[in-house]
Amino acid sequence: MIELEQVSYSYGEGELLSDISISLTPGSFHFLTGPSGAGKTTFLKLCYGELLPTAGHVRLFDRDVRSLARDDIAEMRRRIGVVHQDCQFLDHLPIADNIALPLTVAGHSVHDDQSNLTELMSWVGLRARAYALPPELSGGERQRAALARAVIMSPDVILADEPTGNLDWEMSQRLLQLLVELNKMGKTVVIATHDLALIRAAKGQVQARVLRIANRHLTVGADL
Amino acid sequence: MKQFELSHVMDFIIGDAQAERAVPPTGFTARLTLFAAAVMAFLAVFALALSVSAGRLSERWSAELAQSATLRISAPVGQMQAQTDAALGVLETTPGIASARVLSDDEQRALLEPWFGPDVPLESLPIPRLIEIVEADIGFDAEGLRLRLVAEAPGAVLDDHTRWRKPLAAAASRLWFLGWLSIVLIFAVMGAMITLAANAALAANAKVISVMRLVGAKDSYIANAFVRRFTLRTITGAAVGMVIGAIAVVLLPSAQEEGFLSDLGFAGAGWLWPLIIPIVAGVVAFLATQAAARGTLKELR
Ligand SMILES: Nc1ncnc2c1ncn2[C@@H]1O[C@H](COP(=O)(O)OP(=O)(O)O)[C@@H](O)[C@H]1O
Ligand SMILES: [Mg+2]
Repeated sequence: MIELEQVSYSYGEGELLSDISISLTPGSFHFLTGPSGAGKTTFLKLCYGELLPTAGHVRLFDRDVRSLARDDIAEMRRRIGVVHQDCQFLDHLPIADNIALPLTVAGHSVHDDQSNLTELMSWVGLRARAYALPPELSGGERQRAALARAVIMSPDVILADEPTGNLDWEMSQRLLQLLVELNKMGKTVVIATHDLALIRAAKGQVQARVLRIANRHLTVGADL
Repeated sequence: MKQFELSHVMDFIIGDAQAERAVPPTGFTARLTLFAAAVMAFLAVFALALSVSAGRLSERWSAELAQSATLRISAPVGQMQAQTDAALGVLETTPGIASARVLSDDEQRALLEPWFGPDVPLESLPIPRLIEIVEADIGFDAEGLRLRLVAEAPGAVLDDHTRWRKPLAAAASRLWFLGWLSIVLIFAVMGAMITLAANAALAANAKVISVMRLVGAKDSYIANAFVRRFTLRTITGAAVGMVIGAIAVVLLPSAQEEGFLSDLGFAGAGWLWPLIIPIVAGVVAFLATQAAARGTLKELR
């Protein structure tokens, strides 16, 4: 599904990630940990083609990202839902429109998926906030909205970058449960987080594997 | 290559309401585009009027450019016939001359009547003989002809009427060319201004574009949101400018005298010419915005 083969990445001076090989199989659940600045976000960007590896190969759905044309990248992003660390909303659009944006840009009429959208908004508990603008939402609401947007295209893979970043414990738990639910539906999930308590909380709920990035290298930890 | 279909054009004009909302309107670039398109279209109407009128004049003058010239033979009475025959001989062998004919006494008398009255004694006056030359379409080499005449019929003087008309026709055709050149330049400036406005709009929407790209928008989808706006705005502005320009041309005071300025304007079906201005403007806007959008998107993965 997502394969990295001897991947290295550098933003310019000095390698940030070095010789990373990992394969994320369909239906798997991974936590990605490591100190702040270790390269978790960079790793995820390599996994959805926003960055190209400076060495090695990244294969998404069996295709080398370097061989993807621009339109192929767009199509590929519809199959990988991303919860960005900074959410990446359009502040002038109501939250419902933001959540529906992947549908819109893919040329689907939102009316056809209206019930789907309403259902999704209820699922993340934002139904009453549909017309609010992103800056009017709390941190927790924004991160749940970001998750809703990441899954609206029914992607095969969900990459979540610090999805519980600014959330209190209870809210983090709720978000984790949503991601576990998605995994139970067969989706591949990767959660980047430096919150070890969150990982411990997942124990027993899901079969997960912990990846750790430190000192440029990725190590595969024990299964939970 | 996308197949050209009317439905595509209709989709383009109607647009995608969702996509429209994703890209917020930028009032400043919208006004700049409308204004620039209107002003340029207004100027284009005048350049077009100039071109069309100059083209008309140049055509008429060139046609009138007497296809005939005259040879005047002045010689002592005794040599007159010999020189006339010699000149006719030369003319016959000159390429580009369709025919040459000696004017009859009656014709010459008619020409002289205004000055000398009806009973001119042609025989007793040292009046030159006139030979009318009808030029073929390809025209003849006047200088070459003169040189040959000096040798064979020294009393012959070639008078080609074209001499004074040629510069006029050339001026009209130059004006015609300058008119079209102005139109091309006007559209080039329009394209440049739309490129600037589009780039400003694209820069103002950098965040919007990157988010759309991140959630799976194709380049064509993002570009279209901008291209559609700029094209429609430009067509609207150009149509307004064109109408105002056309009204101004209609209101040009018309001089009674035959002359160049009195002729400035469109005639009959020529009034359809200004209609191409908004269409060309639309094409220019489409291409300029498309290029600007592609350029911006290329920087983004
Ligand atoms: N666009 C960029 N250009 C240059 N350096 C960057 C860029 N993005 C991130 N970095 C650097 O790369 C390192 C890793 O960043 P990041 O992947 O965001 O780490 P993490 O998500 O683990 O905190 C940081 O030192 C950061 O400053
Ligand atoms: Mg990060």
